This record gives sequence, C-alpha cells and structure tokens, in this order.
Amino acid sequence: MVIADMIKILIEHLSLQYSDGKESLRDINLEIPANEITVLFGPAGGGKSSLLRIFNRLNDLADVKLISGKVLMDDTDILDPKLDVISLRRRVGMVFARPVVLPMSIRSNLTYGLELAGEKQETKLNEAVERSLVQAALWDEVKDRLDEPAVSLSGGQQQRLCLARSLVLKPEVILLDEPTSGLDPISTGKVEASLHDLKQTYTIVLVPHSVQQAARVSDFAGFFLQGELIEKGIGKELFINPKDKRTEDYIMGRFG
Amino acid sequence: MESTKNLNEYLLTRLIKISGYSAIVFVLMIFYFLLREGLPTLGEVSFLKLISIRWYPIENYFGLLPLIGGSLIVTLGAAIFAIPIGICTAVFIAEVAPRWTRDILKPLVEVLGGIPSVVLGFLGILILAPALRRLLDLPTGLTALAGSILLGGVAIPTIVSVAEDALDSVPRSYRDAALALGATQWQTIWRVTLPAARSGVMTAIMLGIGRAIGETMAVMMVTGNAAVLPVKWNSIFLPARTMTATIAAEMGEVAKNSTHYHVLFFIGLVLFLISLGINIAASTAVFKQRKRAERILS
Amino acid sequence: MAALHRQGKIYINPGSSDLRLTRQKIGFGCLSLITLVTVIPILAVVIYILIKGLPAISWTFLSTFPFDGVKQGGIFPAIIGTFYLTLGTAIFSVPLGIGAAIYLSEYAPENRWTRMIRIAIINLAGIPSVVYGLFGLGLFVIFLKFGTSILAGSLTLSIMTLPVIISTAEEALRAVPQSFRVVSISVGATRWQTIRRIVLPQSLPGIITGVILGLERAAGETAPILFTAASFFLPRLPNSFLDPTMALPYHLFVISTQVPGMPVKIQYGTALVLIVFVLGMNLIATTIRSRARAHRQW
Repeated sequence: MVIADMIKILIEHLSLQYSDGKESLRDINLEIPANEITVLFGPAGGGKSSLLRIFNRLNDLADVKLISGKVLMDDTDILDPKLDVISLRRRVGMVFARPVVLPMSIRSNLTYGLELAGEKQETKLNEAVERSLVQAALWDEVKDRLDEPAVSLSGGQQQRLCLARSLVLKPEVILLDEPTSGLDPISTGKVEASLHDLKQTYTIVLVPHSVQQAARVSDFAGFFLQGELIEKGIGKELFINPKDKRTEDYIMGRFG
Repeated sequence: MESTKNLNEYLLTRLIKISGYSAIVFVLMIFYFLLREGLPTLGEVSFLKLISIRWYPIENYFGLLPLIGGSLIVTLGAAIFAIPIGICTAVFIAEVAPRWTRDILKPLVEVLGGIPSVVLGFLGILILAPALRRLLDLPTGLTALAGSILLGGVAIPTIVSVAEDALDSVPRSYRDAALALGATQWQTIWRVTLPAARSGVMTAIMLGIGRAIGETMAVMMVTGNAAVLPVKWNSIFLPARTMTATIAAEMGEVAKNSTHYHVLFFIGLVLFLISLGINIAASTAVFKQRKRAERILS
Repeated sequence: MAALHRQGKIYINPGSSDLRLTRQKIGFGCLSLITLVTVIPILAVVIYILIKGLPAISWTFLSTFPFDGVKQGGIFPAIIGTFYLTLGTAIFSVPLGIGAAIYLSEYAPENRWTRMIRIAIINLAGIPSVVYGLFGLGLFVIFLKFGTSILAGSLTLSIMTLPVIISTAEEALRAVPQSFRVVSISVGATRWQTIRRIVLPQSLPGIITGVILGLERAAGETAPILFTAASFFLPRLPNSFLDPTMALPYHLFVISTQVPGMPVKIQYGTALVLIVFVLGMNLIATTIRSRARAHRQW
C-alpha cells in the first residue's frame, strides 16, 4: 500500500500519558508518507493534537508523565531526550488553530525564525519573505504593506501569514492543527488550495476541523477515537468505504 | 558560536533563578537581624518588666504595654472610620459611578496613596491638631485621635484599590443573573456582588490595617508621643505613643548594644511578627477564595 | 447562580418596586457623599500645599544651600540627596526585581518552593518601614560597616521596594499572551530568546510603570533612611556613596518638628517640592501605562 522509502515519519507503538492521568495516546502505529497530505481526524479528545505536537516536540511544554514507543523522521529519533529540539523545530513547521501573529510587522513575523537561526543578510531575508508569502498565496495582498503591523490583517490573511511563517525556514514537514476553524469559507478555500500546491515540496500533516474538510484534502487519513488509531488508509477509500463501523458512524455524523 | 550562546543563556538563567529566590533570602535576613539584636532583651529585662505599664527608658522602665496600647487605639480608631468609608468608596467606584467618573476617581485615590506620610504628618501638625484642639476644646490637638485620622488617610487608598479590584473581578454573570430575577442594582450590590467578592474585600481591609499598623512618620508627628496606657474611655483624646513612633523617635539616641537598643529591636521584632501574621491570614483567605471559586464555577 | 442560591434572602416583591427604587436612589446618594469624603481631602491637601508653598518656590530656593541653621536659604542638598537615594535604589532593586519577576512568570514550576517565594514577597511588602530602618541599621550601617551612608540607605530602600517591582513586573509579563510564547518556541527559539525578543519588549511599559511607582514610594519614605542615610544639615554635597546625605522627606520632618522658629513658608515650600517630585513620578508612570495600552498590538 505505502512504499517504504516514501515514508517521512514512522510511528511505532507510541503511547503518551499526561501528568493528570489523562491517557492521550495508546499504541499508535502509523506511517506518514512524504509529499502527501495526511489527515488525522476524529472527535474531540482523540489525541490528534497531542500526536501533532510530538512531531515538533512541542509537548515538552506540557506536563507529560509517560511517553513510549518510536517516532522516526527519516533517520532522526524524535523521542530521543538528547535530540537537538531547536533544529527539529526548524525542520517541522506548525500552524495553530487561532491565527497567532506576533506583535510586529508582517515582515518581522516572517524573519523572526530566520534571525533566530542566525541569518543576517538582508537579501536572503527578503527573498525568504517573498518566497513564503507567494507559497501561502498572500504575496499579492501584502507586498506593499510589509512593514505594517501584522494585526492589521484580516483573520484569513493572518492565518495565511502564519502558514507563510511556517514555510520560511524551509521545513520538511508542515503540521496544521485545525488551521481554518476560525475562517470564512473563502479563506478556508484559499488555505486548502495552498496546501494542495505545497505538498509538492513539503510533507503535510493536518488535523481538520470537520469531516468534510478531511474528505476534501486528504491523500491519506487516520481515524482517532479516544487515543486509539481505529483505522488508516488512502483518503478516497477511507471516506467512501470505511472498514470499521466506528469510522463509518463518525463520518456519517451519527456521533461527534 | 552556538556554544557561547548556550553558555550565556545558561548563566543568565541561573542568575534569574537566584533573583527569584532572593525574596526568601531577604525575609530570612531581616528576621535573623531582628532576632539577633532583639532577643538579648529577654535576657536583660525580666518578662514582668516588659509587660509593665511604664515606658521610661531613662530610668530603666521598659514596659511595652503603653506602646502596644497606643498602637492599638490609634489603629482601631483608624479602622472604625476607614473601613466603612473605604468599602463604600470602593463600591461606588466599582458599581455605581459612570465610566467617566471612575476614570477620574481611580487615579485620584492612587494619588492619595502616593502622598508621603511625612507630608500628611506635617499637615497634621499645622492644621489638624490645632483644629482638633479648637473644635473639641482639648489642651492639645496632638492626640491619638489625630493619629487615627491620619492613619485613616493612609489606609483608605489601600482598602479602596484592593476592594475595587476585587469587586471588579466578580463575573458579570452574577450581576446579570440577579438583575434578571428582578433585583435592583442596589440589592444586587449588597446581596450578590459584595458577598461574592468577600475574600478580596477582607484582604483589602487586612492590607489597609496592616499599612496603618506599620505607619511611622505620620503618627510620630501628631500623636503627642506620651507613652501612657490608653485605658480610659476618653483616651482617644489624649496623647499616645505607638510602637513604630517609639522606634523612630528613640533609635537615634541610644547607645549601641545597650539594653534600650535591644528593646527597640525587640519592638521591631514584634512589629515584624504582627505583619507576618496579617499577611499570612490575608493570603490564606485569597487561597481559600480561589478554591471556592473553582468549585463553584466548575 | 450558586451565589444566589446561597443568598435565600433575595425576595422579589413586584408590588414595591417604587419603594425599592427610592431606596436605591438614597443609597446611591449616600455612597457618593461618602466617596466625596474620601476624595475632597485629597484635593484639599494638594491644593492647600500648592497655595501655601508656591510663594516659597524660586530658583534660589531650589538651587542653594540652607543657612542660618536651615531657617533661611534653599533646599538644594535635600533635593540632590533624594535624587541620589532614588538612583541608588533603582540600581539595586530594578535588576533584582525584574529578574525575580521573570523567574516567577516564565520559569518557576508550581511547587512548594515557588509558593514560599510568593509568601516571602507578600511579607516583604507588609513589613513596616521603620522595621526596614532597623534592619538597615543592623546590617548595612553596623555589621557591614558602611556607616550612615547613601549606600546603606539605598540598599535598605531597595529591599523595601523589591516587592512592588516584582509584583507589577510579574503581572506585566503574565499579561503577554501565552500563544506568543508557543509560536516562538515552535519556530525554534529557546525560552530565553522568547523572553528577550517577545515577552520582555511587550511587557516593558508595564514593568516601567511598576518600577516608577516603586521608586516613587522609596523617594517619599522617611523611616528607612532615618538611621541609615539621613543627616540633618551637611555643609557640602556628599562626595561618595559612603557619605551621609540630606533628603527631602527627612528634611521636612525635621523642620516641621524640631526647629523652633522655622518659617512656615519654607516648610510648605519643602512639602510642595516633595509632593511635586512624587506625584510627578506618578503622572509619568500613569501616562506610560495608558499610552502603552493604546498602542498594544494584541
């Protein structure tokens, strides 16, 4: 089904528990293929966001009690406690549910990550700003106002700015956690269209905010229920012909 | 390059952590020094003498009761009028006043809180004391009453600020619910909002009283500085001496390591412990309120 | 709603709504009167000192030394002394206070030790100013042998100012949305880089406001410098920070209580200068706070 050397992230027997006893993930086995859009969907509390945050080790910020299993990105063991998480986070970009723009200009929002990485050359910075804004389909709208505060943009524009920000460091993987949940349908459409183009260059892992979005964009999908991966497979097949009854019930809206 | 950056960050983080713990270090240091210079008192002055009613250090009378009594009566006098006035003002600012009034009043009250106590004491000497003497036909206006009035002026801004904050943070939904049931605004304030903010208001009162007890200059300048035990019903119209004023007035004249010196530090120790007690009580109240609020709202 | 259940005492009686509204009007009226009782004295104090002190103010007054045993002349050395003390306080308390605030807001875990730090801060805030004076005397003047000096006074005032700076700075840091920190980390920043590049710059106005308010309090205090730094009359300005100094609050205290025949005009003039100094700082702090709020990008 999935050819081995096309796998970007390999997850084996992953379990995660938080300090307050809430068990978040239980024995997850999943392959994230490279240069495709993989969708993790399911009802709230299923562990999808937690899984996403493991890929860039953002769960270090939360109270994790226990984490076991293996998560490999290419040859990097993401769960290794001695891993250089800073460079991991430069290889894995993230877009959050609410557009969070930093309190600076549009340009500075984008160059923030680059400057942290040590990039100082004006030309390289400007080129990265333009490139990422083009990829996020925002360049035409803001190219004359790059020095204005980012908060002056509309909600949809801010979220596309966040998308651009995640692209600036030329990551390998982009994680999106319900990126269009606050957006109107037009902005949602623009973001989904961008993702379609971006997957040529990047590996995309997305948590959708609706089953319909999941069905629209996924090349591969995994259904999560209460911390367990119930079913996984090629997007088209999973949504038309789910094998597990629970998956079918959720897709048909019988619960959620 | 990366490694020097990492080293810098590591050192900086260590320094920040040390700064954080410095508060504990300072409290312990203060406690230690007060103990060090104050405890010898217990060896040099018998306990009976300490609880006697004569404070006359020149002749070795170190009775603390008049001083404690002085602090008590002046603070009590302040509390009697500062607490109701402070709370009513806080209620007015938080619940009744229109926006534009509140924007004027809040900074104004902060201004009163910022006036140095020595200025209040100064006005007390020049204006308040003579006024009291004339109005109440007293031999002198430098009395406990004058001290109480000034202390009230010191306590009220603290009470108003903290209580106003507490009232402000009562969730809108409480007020809306009461109004929806047909209560008037007035009823809502006194039967819903104020009780809901109860522990914040208690904290305000405790902090205000704490500030009053600890006040030095204003009381020293207007209470007349006579260390007499205030037991008569009209003691408030007589001069008195607080613990704080005693330390401030006499410290400059004592010989180091004399008994008098030790006793003054001992008084300081007592004041330290009193404020410790008040603060612990105030913070336990806040802690309990937070837990209660979590239970109610969850 | 739980608050209402507990009240039981609310009874809604539609028939008497007129009566309730009248009661409310009277109640509100009383509250506003009481608030005036709080507010009018504040205005009265400031205006009165302004009126009686202005005649004394002149360039000579502000820039020359006193003579004739302080009964004539200016208060220049007192102004400079207060300035030096405030500066000294800033030097010690600002880095330490901000560092502690950063620790509490960004690094400290929610455990017993952190709670102890917070209790220590609350206690430092409540210690009477005269007890700080005693502590400063015991530690800085005597034990560390700094003598009565600007250094001893500044150190004493710094510890006193620390809790104010820490709590306002921590509040300013916490006000910065958590989402900024998460985003910063997600693009590869370390915790300190996030603090330096985003959290600190965004919270700077709030921190500065807190610092100024803390220093304003230090500038106006008398008791902590009574035995640690202040001297009544010095013929020259201090040469080094190991010299004692004159200071505005102490000067006002002495000339209003211990100099017979002191011209009243000069007393009011000194009080006016002190108030202008202190309230001026208050004004600056408040302006910074409101302008920052208007320009916030979140």
